[in-house]
Amino acid sequence: MRGYFVGAGLAIAVAAMATGAMTTQAVAQSEIKIGEINSYSLLPAFTEPYRKGWQLAVEEINAAGGINGKKLVVISKDDGGKPADAQTAANELVSSENVAMLTGTFLSNIGLAVSDFANQKKVFFLAAEPLTDAITWSKGNRYTFRLRPSNYMQAAMLVEEAAKLPAKRWATIAPNYEYGQSAVAVFKKLMSAKRPDIQWVDEQWPPQGKIDAGPVVQAVAAANPEAILNVTFGADLVKLVREGNTRGVFKGRTVVSFLTGEPEYLDPLKDETPEGWIVTGYPWYSIKTAEHDAFLKAYQAKYNDYPRLGSIVGYQTIKAAAAILAKAGSSDPEKLIAAAEGISMPSPFGEITFRKIDHQSTLGAFTGKTALKDGKGIMVDTAYRKGSDYLPSDAEIEKLRPKD
Amino acid sequence: MAFYIVQFLTGLASAASLFLVASGLSIIFGVTRIVNFAHGAFYMLGAYVAFTLTERFSGAFGFWGGILVAALAVAAIGVLVEMVLLRRIYHSPELFQLLATFGLTLMVEDLVVLIWGPDDLVGRRAPGFKGAIDFFGQNIPSYDLFLIVLGPVVLGVLWLLFQRTRWGVLVRAATQDRDMVAALGVNQKWLFTSVFALGVFLAALGGALQIPRDAVNHAMDLRVIVEVFVVVVIGGLGSIIGAFVAAVLVSELNAFGILIFPKISIILVFLVMAVVLIVRPWGLFGKPEAPARRTPGLTVNPWRPLTVNERLAAIAVLVVAAALPFVAGNYLLTVGSEIAIFVIFAVSLHFLMSVGGLASFGHAAYFGLGAYGVALLAKMVGLPMIACLLLGPLLGLMGAAVFGFFAVQLSGVYFAMLTLAFAQIVWSIAFQWVSVTGGDNGILGVWPEKWAASPSHFYWLSLGIAALAVVILRIIVFSPFGFALRATRDSPLRSEAIGINGKRIQWTAFVIAGTVAGLAGALFAYLKGSVFPDNMGISLSVDALVMVLLGGVETVSGAVVGAIVYKALNIWLVSQTDLSKLVLGGFVVLIVVAFPKGIVGTLEAYMHRRRKSSSSAPSPLLTSRIESAE
Repeated sequence: MRGYFVGAGLAIAVAAMATGAMTTQAVAQSEIKIGEINSYSLLPAFTEPYRKGWQLAVEEINAAGGINGKKLVVISKDDGGKPADAQTAANELVSSENVAMLTGTFLSNIGLAVSDFANQKKVFFLAAEPLTDAITWSKGNRYTFRLRPSNYMQAAMLVEEAAKLPAKRWATIAPNYEYGQSAVAVFKKLMSAKRPDIQWVDEQWPPQGKIDAGPVVQAVAAANPEAILNVTFGADLVKLVREGNTRGVFKGRTVVSFLTGEPEYLDPLKDETPEGWIVTGYPWYSIKTAEHDAFLKAYQAKYNDYPRLGSIVGYQTIKAAAAILAKAGSSDPEKLIAAAEGISMPSPFGEITFRKIDHQSTLGAFTGKTALKDGKGIMVDTAYRKGSDYLPSDAEIEKLRPKD
Repeated sequence: MAFYIVQFLTGLASAASLFLVASGLSIIFGVTRIVNFAHGAFYMLGAYVAFTLTERFSGAFGFWGGILVAALAVAAIGVLVEMVLLRRIYHSPELFQLLATFGLTLMVEDLVVLIWGPDDLVGRRAPGFKGAIDFFGQNIPSYDLFLIVLGPVVLGVLWLLFQRTRWGVLVRAATQDRDMVAALGVNQKWLFTSVFALGVFLAALGGALQIPRDAVNHAMDLRVIVEVFVVVVIGGLGSIIGAFVAAVLVSELNAFGILIFPKISIILVFLVMAVVLIVRPWGLFGKPEAPARRTPGLTVNPWRPLTVNERLAAIAVLVVAAALPFVAGNYLLTVGSEIAIFVIFAVSLHFLMSVGGLASFGHAAYFGLGAYGVALLAKMVGLPMIACLLLGPLLGLMGAAVFGFFAVQLSGVYFAMLTLAFAQIVWSIAFQWVSVTGGDNGILGVWPEKWAASPSHFYWLSLGIAALAVVILRIIVFSPFGFALRATRDSPLRSEAIGINGKRIQWTAFVIAGTVAGLAGALFAYLKGSVFPDNMGISLSVDALVMVLLGGVETVSGAVVGAIVYKALNIWLVSQTDLSKLVLGGFVVLIVVAFPKGIVGTLEAYMHRRRKSSSSAPSPLLTSRIESAE
C-alpha cells in the first residue's frame, strides 16, 4: 500500500517534470539562457520593480541583436525567501534548463546559498542584490560576482558624512539578523577609527519585520544620544518613523540611515518622512546624466511608472550578464570568469568595473538628506559616490578572501 | 522615573492590540476547538480593508466608521468561510481544520498582493489622536492612550457578553463541554458560526486599528499569528481574562527586557511560554481539559500489518522508484531525493501524532538539529560523511530527549505549543550564536563525498534510508511497544491501570521521532550542501504537519503519501507559477473538502466500505454513527 503510493507519487512527479523538459528540449541553439532567482513572493515590494528592470534590459539587448547574434532568454524562478528553495531552483535552472549562468537573489543568506551551490557545481553566478560582505570576502569564491555596493561600501559612504557631525553620543537601531549586525559592526569600526572621541551609548536589536517600535524608540531616547544610526527598513522603518515622530525622539538628533533614500523604503512614508536624515538611496528625480536619462525615459515609456532602486539593479544585472557573455563568446564557466574579471561597462550610474581581486562591481550609491516636498519624501543635496572609492585596500582584501 | 512609567504605558498599548487579536482566537478555540491558523490572515484583511475605506472616506466619521465597517466586512467573510468550508470538516480528525485554515492563509497572502499591490501601505493617522501628550518631559502618543483604554473596554464588553447574555452562557457551556451542550439540544451550527464571526471581528478590528501605527503589507499575518497563539496559550485556552493578562505580561516583559537585553524580543514570548507551561501546564487561567469522550474504536478500521500481497506490491513499487535514475535527469533525481527526505521527516512526525497521539508544532527543531549536527561535525571535526550521517542525528536525539521529557508531561494543544516554544528556542540559538552556527548566514560547503555526490547515488541513498525508516517505524507500531503507546493514546487511565508507564512510553516515542527527524535533517544538509536556521523554523514544522494531515492522521503510513503529494506539488508550483501560494492554498482547501480524513484515510475508509458492502458484513450505518459521535 505504502510503496504503491510512493511509486504513484514519483510517477506523477516524473510525468509533470518530463513535460516541462520536453518543451525546453525543442528550443533551437540560437538562444542563450540566463537563470534568474529572486524572492518574488516574499518581497514583492522590492522584486517587482527589479523584475521590470531586467525585463527592460532583455528587451533592449534583443532589440540590439542579442548576444553575438543569439537571442537572450531569462528564465526566472521564485525562491519564496528560503535558501533551500533557492537551491532547488538553481538546480533546476542548471540541470534541466541548461542556463549559461545564474543571476539574482536578494537576501544575504540566499545569495550565499546560491554562491556555494555555484562553487560546488562550477556554475557562474552573478549576485544582484545581497549586501553581505561575506559573499565577496570571507565566503567569496571564484564563481561568484556581485553587482550592488556591499554593506561595507554603503557604511563607508555614510561614515564619511557622519564623521563630520559634531555628535559624540551615538545609539544604533538595527534588525537582529546578519545584515543589521554587520552594518552596525562596520559602521562602528569605521566611525570609531575616524572619530576616537565617539561613545556608543545604546543599541537596539528588534527582530526583523516584528519591531515593537514604541518601546524601542523610547529606550533609545532614554540613553539620550546626540545621533542615531538606523538600519531598519520596510515596514519596520515605517513603524519606527511614526513612533519616533510622535514621541519627538528625532527632534534635535541627527539620524544616519542605511538605504532609507531608496524609493522602495522612502515613498511609503509619504508626509511622515522625517527631514534631514543622512541616507543612502536613489534620487531618480534629480540625476541629470545622459546614461540615466536614457534609462529613465525607456523605463517610464515601457511601464508608465518611475523606477525604484530595484529597477536599476535588475536592469544592470542583466546588462552586466549580457556584457560578460558577449565578451566570453562562450558559456563555459572558466571563460565567463576570465571575461568578467576586470570587465568595464556602462550603467545608468556611469561606468562600472567588476574587480578582479574580489569580484565586486564598482557600482556606487547616492548619499543625501531626506526632505519633504509636496507631501512626499525625497532626497536632497545628493551626491553619487563611486564604489571604487569606498573599498578597503587590496592587501586587506587578500587577507579577508580565501584563496581559490 | 517618568521614563519607566512611559515605558510601562507603551507596553500597555502594545498589549491592547495584541489582546484584541488574541481574545478572538481564544474564543474560537474554546468553543469550536479549531486551531485557526487563518486568524492572522483575517487580521491582515482587516488592515487592508480599513486602509481602503479610510483613504476613501475623509473626516473623523470616515476614519472610525471605516475601521468598524472593515471589521464587520471581514467578519462577514469569516462567516462565509465557516459555513462553506469549516462546517464540512468539524468531524474530521483533530487538527484537520488547521489544514483548511492554513490553505486559506496561503491564498490570502497572494490575494492581497494581487488586489492591493506589492507596496507597503501607510494609512492615515486617527483623527483626534495624532499628537502626543507631554508627561514630565516624555511624550506619550495619544493614540497609545486610546488603545490603553480600549483594551480593558473590550475586555469588559466581552465579559458582559459572556456573563449576562444567554448566548454567552451557551458559549461558556460549550467551552466547558461541547458534547453536553449538543445533548441538551442547542443548535451547535449557529453557535459555532456566531462564535467564529465574533472571533474574526475582533481579529479584523485589531488589524484595522494598526493603520495609524503600522505599514499595511502582505506579511502582517505571519508576524502576528504565532505571537497571538503564544499569548492565548500562556493565558489559558478559552480564557479571555487569561488572554488579557498574558498580553500585558508579554508586552511589558518586552518593553523592559529590551532595556537590559536588546536582543531579547526575538525569543521572549517563547521563553515565557515555556516557563509558564512547565510550571502551569494549562496556562495561567486555564483549567485542565476534561478527558475527551472518545468512542473506543475511534479508528473504525483497525490497524493491521500489511498482508503478503501488499508487501509484495510495496516492494515492487520501491523497485520501480529505485529505477528512476535510469529514466530521469539530474534535476528530477535531486527533487526525488528531497521528496524522499521529506518522507522520512513526515513519517517521523506521523509516528508521534498518529501512534503517540502527540501533535508536535515544533518537529522541525529535531530535523534542524540533525542538519546542524552534520554540518558541525563535517566542518569543525572534519569527520567523513558516513560518520556524520550516523552521528549527526544524535543531536536530534539529544534535543528530543531533553525537550521531550518536559513536553510529554502535557497533552493536546498545550503539548503542541510547548514543542513550538522549544523549537523556537533552538532556532534562536542557531540564529544568534553566530560564532558557532554562522547565524542566519548558515554553514556552507557541507557537500557529500564522491561516492554519494552524483544525483543518482544520492537519490538511492535517500530512497533507501526512507524505505528503511518507514519499515522500522511500522515494525515499532506493531511491536509491544507500539501497542502500549497506542493504549496510552486511547485511554491514559486504563493503560496505567494495567501497568503501562505512559509518560515513559511517550517520552521514548518522542525520542524515536526526534531521532528519525534528525536523520532526515542530516540527509537534507548533504542534499543542499548548507544549513540555515530556516531548517528548524516554524514554516518547516507547519509543512510537516500539513504533510501528515494531508496523508491522513488516522492511518499507519499516510504521511508517506502526504509528503510526496505536498512536496512534489510545492516544488512544481513554485517553479511554474508566480502565484504558487494561491494555487497551493486552493489545492489544500480542495483536498480538505474532498478528503475529510486525509488522502489515505479517506481512500482507506472508502475501500473498507466497499469490502464491507460486498461481503454484507455489519451495516455501514453503525460505523458512521460511531464516527459522528466522536
